[in-house]
Amino acid sequence: MIKTVTGALVCASFAVAAAGPASAADYKVGMLLPYSGVYAALGQDIDDGFMLALEEAGMVDQVEMVREDTEVKPPVGLAKTRKMVLEDQVDVLVGPVSSGVLGAVRDFVDQTKTPLIVANAGNDAATGENCSPYIVRVSFSNSQVNRPMGQWMVDNGVKSVYTLAPDYAAGQQQITAFADAFKEAGGEVVGQEYTPFRTTQDFGPYLSQAQSTNPDAVYVFYAGSEAINFVKQYDAFGLKDNTTLYGSGFLTSPLYVDAEGPAAIGVIGSLHYIPTLDTPENKAFVEAVQKKYDRVPSEYTVQGYDAGRSFVEAIKSGATDKEAIAKALPTVSYTSPRGPVSIDPATNNIIQNVYVYETVEGDDGKLTQKLLGTVENVKDAPNGCEL
Amino acid sequence: MSDWSYWAVQTLNGLQLSMLLFLLSVGLTVIFGLLHFVNLAHGALYALGAYIGISAATATGSYWAGFAAAPVVVALTGILLYLGLMKRMRRAGPMNQVLVTLGLIFVFVDIFRLVWGDIAIGTVEPALFTGRSELFGVVYPTYRLFIIGLGALVMAVLALVLSRTQLGAMIRAGVDNDQMAACLGVNVEKIFFLVFCVGCALAGLAGAVAAPVFSAHPDMGTEILISTLIVVVVGGMGSLRGAIAGSFLVGFAQTFGTVLLPHVASLLIYALLALVLVFRPTGLFPARA
Repeated sequence: MIKTVTGALVCASFAVAAAGPASAADYKVGMLLPYSGVYAALGQDIDDGFMLALEEAGMVDQVEMVREDTEVKPPVGLAKTRKMVLEDQVDVLVGPVSSGVLGAVRDFVDQTKTPLIVANAGNDAATGENCSPYIVRVSFSNSQVNRPMGQWMVDNGVKSVYTLAPDYAAGQQQITAFADAFKEAGGEVVGQEYTPFRTTQDFGPYLSQAQSTNPDAVYVFYAGSEAINFVKQYDAFGLKDNTTLYGSGFLTSPLYVDAEGPAAIGVIGSLHYIPTLDTPENKAFVEAVQKKYDRVPSEYTVQGYDAGRSFVEAIKSGATDKEAIAKALPTVSYTSPRGPVSIDPATNNIIQNVYVYETVEGDDGKLTQKLLGTVENVKDAPNGCEL
Repeated sequence: MSDWSYWAVQTLNGLQLSMLLFLLSVGLTVIFGLLHFVNLAHGALYALGAYIGISAATATGSYWAGFAAAPVVVALTGILLYLGLMKRMRRAGPMNQVLVTLGLIFVFVDIFRLVWGDIAIGTVEPALFTGRSELFGVVYPTYRLFIIGLGALVMAVLALVLSRTQLGAMIRAGVDNDQMAACLGVNVEKIFFLVFCVGCALAGLAGAVAAPVFSAHPDMGTEILISTLIVVVVGGMGSLRGAIAGSFLVGFAQTFGTVLLPHVASLLIYALLALVLVFRPTGLFPARA
């Protein structure tokens, strides 16, 4: 009995193996995303956005997808990258969500000359001192999203801030970029604190401390469950009544703003995409996402879409192999749902608009995003990048 | 904000955290002390309480439905675990128990993920306790005062039951020497089962109470588990006094560590743990001297 089963399994696996190379697809794309763990929802949004871009271009049948779960662990991400490049021989990689995973795969991708379209990981160094001609980022950099808020807040009458963020690389980069720009514009940072990453649930002690310095505003970076806890507790402690909460726009991402509830109303953030942008490209995109996936697109969906779209544009320009795709990717430019985008030839990071938005209650009682201002074509300095 | 009210608010923050830790650790410590059972899945039961609390509150539109449902559902889950798993593992030794209950954590995390999704969910406070209260110039969120009050109430009831009732005497006898208690006609197994259920119900209650303040997400149980284990070890296994003392020490060390020594705050509770282990290896108030 056991022998029969084993025999059947062996036969089946041969059949699968034989079917692999015989498929009609012209290109192989490797998705290097977290399909489990804390960032699984982000990975899914990126994957969905990517598939939408392929569908829109009518290229679904030409592309064979290979999906590997990074589990948000750098060593796992590297092992899966090796597998996709050496075994599956993918033409292009898409991902990862975590900057830790990006750091781990950077050298391998660079050495094997495999084009990698970064669809989230925002570490400044990836398009700064550690940049590579094979790594193109279509998502954002940590400082890109935050820097414009420095000037914007000073222009809108905010003179002093207290900052808070989780104590890890992204938290420090996001806050430092904002604080430097804010000081340069003439503002004063009256206090700064970093909270232990992923172990802080109760922000009470930090909030009391922020309150005691009496700032004009509080500026923070939090995402996911930390963002939900922070926004709710900020309101519960009564800070919201006198001190507007500003932050990197991930704080009130459409992905989880509903869990924050009324506490999120009036919070102001800056981000590279909001689903309420009033452009024909975005309206069509929101409609398509709603029709296909029955939800409002998040910034992650649009990042996945733009990863797919830039791949499509590279193929359309005539690229057929890894080397040509890597050369073509930095030259793509088009109008995305998030506005006009192009790739900075100096760093391979995206040049894009940053939107300042306020979370408000819509006519239907649901939370929505109101656009307050647009900072156009935000571009990072090379920061030691030599391509 | 005046200086005195700042410190008053921070003291209340410490109290609030202590009470939450107490609700969680009292069940865990008594199960440790009485059943000699290492239940690492206790944190997962807390997360389950939070999820049930939010779901029941969303379905009925009333916070109190979740408040009532969470302890019941979590206690029932506890009963299933006890009958299906822990009863068999009673004599299996601590290492096997740790492995089995550690495995349970992963099972629970994936169940949360399948049922409630990866993204954190939240709920609002009951209308009765929204907003802030002011007393002697100190402004504090009302719901957090409710948590402090609830913790104090549970503390008082447990202290009363353990020290003044026959049931309490039997539990204390069981912790002290279960074989002798059994010889004297106490149905030790039954008492253990009851204690286990109450411990689980309290973990569920803690989850439901925490849900409006902290969002519920799959890993929330694992996050709080470490602090809870430290409370149990610092306080001494198996005793109510230990759980109370441990909760206050850890709660205040964490809160005032954050305020006074922000850079080493996360290390402070481990330093406390190390100190206690060096000078009082059995904890501050162990049930068995």
